[in-house]
Parts: sequence; structure tokens; C-alpha cells
Amino acid sequence: MKNPQLVNGLDWQVHPPFLHPPYTSTVKRAPQEPLIALPQSLAELTGPVFGEGDLEPLDNDLTRNGVVNGEPIGERIIVTGRVIDESGRPVPGALLEVWQANACGRYRHHKDQHDAPLDPNFTGTGRIITDQHGFYRLTTIRPGAYPWRNHENAWRPPHIHFSLFGRHFLQRLVTQMYFPGDPLLPLDPIFNGIPDENGRARLISHYAHDVTEPEWALGYRFDIVVCGPRETPFENKGE
Amino acid sequence: MASQSSSQTIGPFFHGALIRGKEHILISDQSEGERILIQGQLFDGDGHPVPDGMIEIWQADGRGFFNHPADPHRSQADPHFRGFGRAETTDGFTFYTIRPGIIPGHVVPFINVRIFARGMLIHAVTRIYFDDEKENENDPVLRLVPPHRRHTLLAVGEDGGRWPTFRFNIYLQGPRETVFFL
Ligand SMILES: [Fe+3]
Repeated sequence: MKNPQLVNGLDWQVHPPFLHPPYTSTVKRAPQEPLIALPQSLAELTGPVFGEGDLEPLDNDLTRNGVVNGEPIGERIIVTGRVIDESGRPVPGALLEVWQANACGRYRHHKDQHDAPLDPNFTGTGRIITDQHGFYRLTTIRPGAYPWRNHENAWRPPHIHFSLFGRHFLQRLVTQMYFPGDPLLPLDPIFNGIPDENGRARLISHYAHDVTEPEWALGYRFDIVVCGPRETPFENKGE
Repeated sequence: MASQSSSQTIGPFFHGALIRGKEHILISDQSEGERILIQGQLFDGDGHPVPDGMIEIWQADGRGFFNHPADPHRSQADPHFRGFGRAETTDGFTFYTIRPGIIPGHVVPFINVRIFARGMLIHAVTRIYFDDEKENENDPVLRLVPPHRRHTLLAVGEDGGRWPTFRFNIYLQGPRETVFFL
């Protein structure tokens, strides 16, 4: 029997730390004791398996899945990309769940009190499973910026939240996709919690003219990289 | 080698996307094994409950198998138990699940846990062990934890419920800070 291969786990060079004081909510929610390295067992090298049964027909189209009495307001966009691991191999069967504000910067959520209109035809939620080559594609509305109370005159740059389940427990990732050329990015403590410039750049999508559809929607490309196999094979004495 | 995509906070508005169904209920009528309840609350460094977090659990079935291609014994895994659950933390969290079996390399059962919240730029990872297991002190992972902090990983049995109930509170910070893993 083949034993599962060990993986690299989280690379703390590119992930933000728990404590990042400019993002004030981290101050009381950041663990302070040292983390303990967890040896990789079957419990880390496995994870929930998702399939078509976990999807509904319009899950990949946020311009249609919330329609009540008309089309959602705003600029239609197409977001597509690949989920790959660090060695460049595609991650098929990855579940992506997305959520976002509407074109005015308002979430469909009872706690969002931002004084901007709700869109009755837009829920701002969707999900997709990557194909055998790791590709995904979703259609949505370009989200608006919104204020938050982190500091004086704080505005979140427009973003789409992504939640990802890869092949196993350690590939789990929750992140955000940003838009190119956004002047709010240098001011955003959440984005700038990422310690590494290349890491920050990786979360900014690219305008993709080949994805853009004439008379319909602009296209953006956003690839996501999760941890990959370790070089050394898994040693196991057998059972 | 490409570098990993960085984590970002889940923020306060994830519920519509991530809490769709009843994923805190891991069992159906056909699931095999001993039914248990896990109840807890997530706390911040001031000891206040965190109402806008999300807890995910991942565990073996009642006999210690995972319904996943990496498990060499997958064919024996319970087809009526996925092993994955998640819950938001508005009023604490509750999972209806199966007491997991023991997986290879361990001597007692456990559940893997991930914690997400607004104010956390990256999730935290911990484990639930059960306080009534005699062999906990011989578990290879519990042995990595300083003895005075091991209790933070133990779910404590409570009396009185219809099913065996275990309490597992998670403290992100402070004197009772839960042990988190890398
Ligand atoms: Fe947001």
C-alpha cells in the first residue's frame, strides 16, 4: 500500500503573522504562546472530499444565482485561474467558496451597517470545484470599496473573499483577491499584514484581455498556490 | 517552485457563503459509532466570547478510517460519515459527531480543529482530545506539549445530556491560551 507523501505545510515567509497591530482586531485575538510543530499523520494528509453533489447549478455565476426580479447592478466581470501547488502541479477537485460586497460596497449580511444600497438581485456568494487541470471560472459583479472602523477614514480595497479546500487538511486556505492598480492597497492593514512583497503581489489579480468577452464582461486572472509535496518520501515501517 | 498564496482574514461577513447547511451535524441515521456532542466557545484575550468566528473540524470515522484517497484503508471507511464539520460561533458552537476511532501512529482518538475569525489574518490549528482516555499521556502529539498546557487540548465530559457531551473551549490568548500547532 502506498503511504501518503508529506507536504511542506504553511510557509510563514508569505503568510501574515497572527499579531499585526495596524489591524487592530488582531491585538486581542492573536495567540502569543509558541506554536508547536505537528507531525504529519493521516489526519493532516487527508481532508473532506467534495464533488458535484456539493454544487448547485448557478453556483459559479453570481450575476444569476441571486436574481429575484432583475439583473444585479454593477460591472460584470469574469474571474478565472488555476489552483496549483508549489511544484506547479494542478489541484483538481478543490472546492472554492467565494463571497463579496455588491457593486456599492455592501454585503448581504445583517451585521453590515454600511450606508450603501443593498442589491435585491445579488447575494454575493458562490462556489466552484476546480476541474482536472485545476481551472475554475466564475462570473460576478465587480465589488465596491467599503469603510470599516479599524482607523480614521479606513476603507477596504475592493476584494473577493476566497475559501479553498485542497486535497488535504494542510492545503486549507482562506484568502482575498484584489484588483490591479488599486490606490487603496498601500493603505490597507489587512493586505499589508502579508510580510513579503511577492506574497502581496500574488493576491492581486491580473486584467486578462483574452478572458474578457466582447460586449459582455471584463476578465481577470487569479491563480492560487497551496502547499505541495515535500521532497523526501514518507518513511513508514508499515503496520 | 511557486510560493504559496498568502492567507487573509475571513472577515465578519462569511456566513452566507460558508455556513449554508447544517455542517455542524456530521452524522446521519446510518453513521456508525458512538454519537457524541462537542460544545464550546471561542474566547479572545480579554476573556470575551468571539461571536464572529468559525470552527472547522476534521476527524476519522468511528473505526479510525478516513474517507479519503490517502487512507490505505479507505475502502473500510464509513460511507455515511464524511468527517468534516463547521460551525459559526455566535452563541458558542456545537458539533454532533461520532467519537473517532484511533488512527495509525496514535494511541488515543482526537479531532483536528481549525479556527477562523475576523481579526485573524491566518487560521489557527488545534486538536480535541478526550479527557476520559486513559492513554492520553502516551499520545505522540500530546507528549510534544508542555505538561502544564496539555489540559487546553482536552474536551471535558459533562453529565446529563441525551448523548455523551464534551466541552471544548478555545482561548485565543491569555492565561488559558489553547495550544496551537504549526
Ligand atoms: Fe470583505
